[in-house]
Amino acid sequence: MTPSSSIAAPGATPAPEEHHDHHPSYLVDGTTIKSWLLTVDHKRIGLMFLFWVLLFFLVGGIFALLIRVELLTPGPTIMDAMTYNRTFTLHGLVMIFLFMIPAIPAVFGNFMLPLMLGAKDVAFPRLNLLSLYIYLAGAVLALWGMLNGGLDTGWTFYTPYSAHTTTTVAPVLFGAFIIGFSSIVTGINFIVTTHTMRAPGITWFKMPLFVWAIYATSCIQVLATPVIGLLLVLVTVENLFGFGMFDPARGGDPVLFQHLFWFYSHPAVYIMVLPSFGVMSEIVATYSRKNIFGYRAVAYSSLGIAFVGFFAWGHHMFVSGQSTFAGGLFGVLTMLVGVFTAIKVFNWVGTVYKGAVEFKTPFAYFCGFLFFTVFGGMTGIALGTVSLDVAWHDTYFVVAHFHFIMVGATIMAFLAALHYWFPKMFGRTYHEGWGLVSAALIILGFNATFIPQFLLGNNGMPRRYYEYPERFQALNVASTAGATLLAFGFIIIAMYLTYALIYGKASGKNPWRSKGYEWLSESPPPTHNFVGPQPVFPEEPHFYVDPKKAEVPDAV
Amino acid sequence: MSELLNNILFLPEAASTFAERIDTLHHFVVGTTMVMSTAVGMAALFFFFRYRRRLPAQATEYIVPTLKTEFLFVSVPLVFFLTWFGIGFRDFTWVTTPPKDSMDVYVMGKQWMWKFSYPEGPNGVNVLHVPANRPVRLLITSRDVLHSFYVPAFRIKMDALPGRYTQIWFEATKPGTYQVLCTEYCGLSHSKMLAEVVVLPQEEYENWIQEQRRGRLQDRQDALADNSLVPPVARMVEQGQVLAGTQGCLKCHSVDGSQHIGPTFLGMYDRVEQLEDGQTIRVDEAYITQSMMDPGAHLVAGYQNVMPTYQGKLQGPETAAIVEYIKSLRTPNVREGASEGPAYDAIQ
Ligand code: HEM
Ligand SMILES: [Cu+2]
Repeated sequence: MTPSSSIAAPGATPAPEEHHDHHPSYLVDGTTIKSWLLTVDHKRIGLMFLFWVLLFFLVGGIFALLIRVELLTPGPTIMDAMTYNRTFTLHGLVMIFLFMIPAIPAVFGNFMLPLMLGAKDVAFPRLNLLSLYIYLAGAVLALWGMLNGGLDTGWTFYTPYSAHTTTTVAPVLFGAFIIGFSSIVTGINFIVTTHTMRAPGITWFKMPLFVWAIYATSCIQVLATPVIGLLLVLVTVENLFGFGMFDPARGGDPVLFQHLFWFYSHPAVYIMVLPSFGVMSEIVATYSRKNIFGYRAVAYSSLGIAFVGFFAWGHHMFVSGQSTFAGGLFGVLTMLVGVFTAIKVFNWVGTVYKGAVEFKTPFAYFCGFLFFTVFGGMTGIALGTVSLDVAWHDTYFVVAHFHFIMVGATIMAFLAALHYWFPKMFGRTYHEGWGLVSAALIILGFNATFIPQFLLGNNGMPRRYYEYPERFQALNVASTAGATLLAFGFIIIAMYLTYALIYGKASGKNPWRSKGYEWLSESPPPTHNFVGPQPVFPEEPHFYVDPKKAEVPDAV
Repeated sequence: MSELLNNILFLPEAASTFAERIDTLHHFVVGTTMVMSTAVGMAALFFFFRYRRRLPAQATEYIVPTLKTEFLFVSVPLVFFLTWFGIGFRDFTWVTTPPKDSMDVYVMGKQWMWKFSYPEGPNGVNVLHVPANRPVRLLITSRDVLHSFYVPAFRIKMDALPGRYTQIWFEATKPGTYQVLCTEYCGLSHSKMLAEVVVLPQEEYENWIQEQRRGRLQDRQDALADNSLVPPVARMVEQGQVLAGTQGCLKCHSVDGSQHIGPTFLGMYDRVEQLEDGQTIRVDEAYITQSMMDPGAHLVAGYQNVMPTYQGKLQGPETAAIVEYIKSLRTPNVREGASEGPAYDAIQ
């Protein structure tokens, strides 16, 4: 096993074939279009997901900017009301179903999970490829529906509005239904992989925390997604044939829809955020060269969140007419989610204690992430404080809250992961200076976009407003300015990463000197991940102790 | 102090007893949040600096938390969170349990207006009159899709559901006019579904209610009252005007020629309209009636097909009254400047 990278060094002729030994990197092992489209290699599938996920992020981002520009003035600015309503629906749908839910699991989960477990691939490689195509089929159908007729219900599809609207609901709902299958298939694949494909030496409590996070996420996906699948079918039938399930005039119940919807969608917010927690655990350990402070606490709290996450859905419905008692129950359960999150935050900070911090780009994102999680989490607690939620529900405060915790955390983790694993995936490095500058810009822009929205919510501006009373304008302008800054940050990243992809310096096998398991294979890895005999993992991940002084770390 | 905090937090004026409770808790929660997250942030920053890397492959100590540390990590936040929750839930129970002596008002949300009716008194559209310092219970429902009744100054909110009544109560503390907003997305003009609460001193409120009742009694004497929400008045045109307000026509159609969601009523009768499908049509009684019952049949160019049907919602004479009202709007001298905002002045 020579620690040489199999990708061409910068400036070398772009014909990597000449570097072929017996184990070419997965990037060059087969160069035809077909070898990509029909691959069963988890790394190539992860990379293709990366491409699509980024494309949809761009689409969702453009619509976000259109929304912000429209809200620059109290009255109409660049579009009419119906267009605006379709725009925010499209933005929400694309961002949630096509970007945030698949982003980290389908890209980095796919790529890293087998590497971190010392496995050759996931348990069901062909199913894995299928999940990509299911995702694309659903995406195409949903987007086609959005452009032909378009939906104006918001991503929550609340009935009875979604059953009555004159816009085209069916194809979009059906598209989302199909995408759900992709989610389920990926989840099952990861669960089985984690159970059956761990290399010798990797016990449950030696698994990297990213694996724990993906595992917990997959459990939620498998258990919750069928509920929304069912619900989407019911709404489609209601819309097309006047089924009456949610229509009080026919004995149905509109609140039933909300229960079913949030029974999926509340856990779904953890589908989005748990993988981010996993990414951050890896990153904080690598850049402070420390074992995770409370490894078991962090691992268990992922499972804890996945579990209580199923019983907190009613906090979206405090003012929906549900009983006061139910409000109280869901409120308390919401607090528990907060406690599990707090455990993680404290343990991450504890990890830095007596560490050896190297402040690289991914670590900068870790800082931003810490801020967004603490603030997003605390505002979540504030919302769980039932009486406060009576005022805030469905105002911009909620919009700011979930953008902080869900979007903020996911984006921080996604970018951190992209930078952290970039050398792993492509064998090249990017420009560190640009990395830090854009990270600063993004964190700043994000705060500038959403902090004014907290205040807007306090001030009483409801969400999904096309026009608004004059007194809300100043804060809206501030928010739009922040969004512009944010957009610049992304443009810079796109530029230097594309540059790095083509001209970046060879990174070597393990540029961060990390002791995460995935760095034990080559960068980029060969097709079957490890060369030679089955790898063995004697130490726990992120064990940076001087071997001479090492004590047996079993006393966790 | 709390005034200052309210300004920093952009909170609107607190004009109900619930608002005062909620603001205190709000300050407590925000204050603790700030202190705690600053503490975590400072600790992190200090660590980043104090423990920066000096050697590329520096070894570190193997540190794990003691049971006591983990216990602290769990219990400190838990105690805070549960305290907040306890106070919040007490107040929540309070605001969802109306006192026995509260006065009732029925509220109905409808695309895109709020209708108010008092069991003993008048009805109104988009303006709710209530006395100060007296508990008012709102019984809220919806005629079509979900809406949510929100008064920022009172810090209260409750969804309006079709086929069901929900309730919430408040006690306004200061006379004045406060905005009502709809916070549940309800279609095209969701953001225009505004109304206001007018809080009157007790005495003025009594006067106002007397005034309203007198109007109603008058109508009874005229033997014109029926059991619909709105007492009809003698002349068809006036009745049509009232109906146009209560049925929500005026939410989308202006009567002063200004541009709105639907074509203006002003001068509509006898006008030749350009239709979406390229044809033209002269507006007459038949066309007006058809537009009420089957709005999509002949769409005027440049407008969206968003008008709800009134089939089954209007009785024959009511339809006729509205048609008469529209016919009366042929000359521009009608109610100069009256329909700036919501059409709530229609009810006598
Ligand atoms: C500390 C953990 C959290 C707590 C205590 C919490 C609490 C709450 C509460 C009480 C609401 C209801 C607000 C309302 O609708 O009036 C809410 C809304 C929301 N939360 Fe969280 N949350 C937490 C974490 C998260 C996470 C991790 C995500 C996403 C990854 C998230 C995403 C959302 C979303 C999307 C909404 C808005 C739903 C809507 O009305 O459309 N939350 N949260
Ligand atoms: Cu509404």
